[in-house]
Amino acid sequence: MAITHEGPAPADRPQSTSSIWNDARFRGNVAQIVVVAVVALVLGAMVWNAQENLSNQRIASGFGFLNQTAGFGLNQTLIPYSESSSYGRALLVAILNTLLVAVVGIVFATILGFLVGVGRLSKNWMVRKVCTVYVEVTRNLPLLFHILFWYLAVLAAMPAARNSYSIFGEVFLNNRGVYIPRIVFGEGSLVGFIALAIAVVGVVVLNKWATVRREKTGQQFPAFWTSVALLIGLPLVGFALVGFPLTIETPVLKGFNFVGGSRLLPEFAALVVALSIYTGGFIAEIVRAGINAVSYGQSEAAASLGLKSGLSTRLVVIPQAMRVMIPPLTSQYLNLTKNSSLAAFIGYPELVQVFAGTTLNQTGQAIEIIAITMGCYLVISLATSLFMNWYNRRVALIER
Amino acid sequence: MKKILTALALSASAVFASGAADAATLDQVKQKGFLQCGVSTGLPGFSNPDAKGEWTGLDVDLCRAVAAAIFDDPSKVRFSPLTAKDRFTALQSGEVDILSRNSTWTLSRDATQGLNFTATNYYDGQGFLVRKSLGVKSAMELNGASVCTQSGTTTELNVADFFRSNNLQYEVVAFQGQEETLKAYESGRCEVFTSDQSQLYALRLKLADKDEHVILPELISKEPLATAVRQGDDQWFDIVKWVHYGMLNAEEAGITSQNVKEMLTSPNPDIKRMLGAEGNFGEQIGLSKDWLARIVGKVGNYGEAFDRSVGKGSPLQIERGKNALWSKGGLQYGPPIR
Repeated sequence: MAITHEGPAPADRPQSTSSIWNDARFRGNVAQIVVVAVVALVLGAMVWNAQENLSNQRIASGFGFLNQTAGFGLNQTLIPYSESSSYGRALLVAILNTLLVAVVGIVFATILGFLVGVGRLSKNWMVRKVCTVYVEVTRNLPLLFHILFWYLAVLAAMPAARNSYSIFGEVFLNNRGVYIPRIVFGEGSLVGFIALAIAVVGVVVLNKWATVRREKTGQQFPAFWTSVALLIGLPLVGFALVGFPLTIETPVLKGFNFVGGSRLLPEFAALVVALSIYTGGFIAEIVRAGINAVSYGQSEAAASLGLKSGLSTRLVVIPQAMRVMIPPLTSQYLNLTKNSSLAAFIGYPELVQVFAGTTLNQTGQAIEIIAITMGCYLVISLATSLFMNWYNRRVALIER
Repeated sequence: MKKILTALALSASAVFASGAADAATLDQVKQKGFLQCGVSTGLPGFSNPDAKGEWTGLDVDLCRAVAAAIFDDPSKVRFSPLTAKDRFTALQSGEVDILSRNSTWTLSRDATQGLNFTATNYYDGQGFLVRKSLGVKSAMELNGASVCTQSGTTTELNVADFFRSNNLQYEVVAFQGQEETLKAYESGRCEVFTSDQSQLYALRLKLADKDEHVILPELISKEPLATAVRQGDDQWFDIVKWVHYGMLNAEEAGITSQNVKEMLTSPNPDIKRMLGAEGNFGEQIGLSKDWLARIVGKVGNYGEAFDRSVGKGSPLQIERGKNALWSKGGLQYGPPIR
């Protein structure tokens, strides 16, 4: 022991307090505690004041309304819902509708963005210019304009139900949306679905095996085409075994409208198209920046290895570009999800329209409803960015 | 987004405001020097800006009458156009002093929204507007129809009830604003536009081919369109209520904007009380003695306001019907001023 104490123990030393204040970590902790306490106090005061004001104005509060009967109808429900369902159920329907638009929009926007982003770097003058015009036009118009344009333009151009555009008498297009035939699965369809599940597992295993084999022997296996064949073939065999219990339900004009088949709401279609095209413009720029960030030497190196240009893009350039692209891509995905709330202007039943709109007005419980709505968007956004961060870590440059 | 922002701002004001309802609204209005009146975003006959940007209509006249009673000047009103969705929060948060905006008086709104309905300005019912070319004669033939409506209204609930109780299929398409709803109907997104019947008459005027549309005979609900004030200010509640009753009583007694000057010298004790020549009835509710003379002189009685806005003197040509005075077979009844 090299340290020896002189005089009283440290706790009794008069200057020990000042030495504690000199400790940066201690000061940091105190500062944090103070900040948390102040925030908690302010929040508490806000809640208390809000409650006081609400009870003074005799406005009902609390979350009990979620169990009350909603009484209004919704035209797109992914889960069973009727006018006698509760406000809580309506909230669930609205969240699912928001998620549906977000997921479909993100998929389309990503595909579109990648194509256009790569197109902007194309050697073909025509392709390059078309992509540039697309990016400039979409990014410089407000999103609400996009949505209204697609909704009103699509609506105005479409005929009424009685004289719909028809494609082979199976698919119908009118101002109520797109009607397509629906496959009805009869008895015994389970076998087909099991076959599909087996195919999915098979594809995963096959791809793992193909990778391992390539790394060991250097031999390529046509894993992609084999996977496609498996995914289509196995379920077909499964359904054939039980004698194809599938019937196709074609939409038929009955009364005012088509009955049967599946239907895409024009509000949904307009929203997805507008969100995909708008966000696609931003994603295209991210993709272009990502590809430009990969040094040209990498392409030259790939070429010197004898990789064809398609392969070198796919295996050398894009994986490196991904590292640059993912963080800004995440923001675009979050933007798209949040922007879906503009659907309120065209009457698509999503979270803001149904919950922060109709439900708020029917119940008048503004504070609770705004809090719930904010919470929902927060959870969706956090989940998206968690997933993207996880993916980002996976593709991040691992330096050895 | 605008909606969220409004709602956020309103909840924030509920969080931070120090009990707007506690202060006497009358004093606040006098101090401001004008009355803040919440109206619709534009509904011919009820509240609509004219070519000069002046708001006119039956709902507007009630606000002008209150201003006339307080300031002796019906122009001391500022109007806040509110959507169906924002109207109650705007009143709750103190953004407007009066909500005079074709709002249906219902129990749950009265009980849970922190407001009091003063009196029914217009007795209405919900109806259906369809294209003539559909050949529909009754609402019972609307099975499978698409229905355009405004979100967050009693209309939206009634239409669900109607189709459900009659076992009819329907699809509802709800928009936040009246303009969007009407545009969707006009473009053919729905066969049916549903709203209060008076609104259907008014909005039909806005359609390009207004003779191609008919209003079906059925009324599927009672829609007493009433004026509302914040709860917790009884004096203000009385003032707004009695301005409406005063206009009814004036009509019943035959006092009009034309003859109110001569009526001041009327020997009829009832008219004397109304116009302040006898007693101090206006002062009892916090106004001046001649409160009703001011209202009728500057704005007119209920019948005059009705005819000018929605009745014979207007493009809407709506019959008095249920909105006639009780003495003429209608429902409008002003309690006595004495």
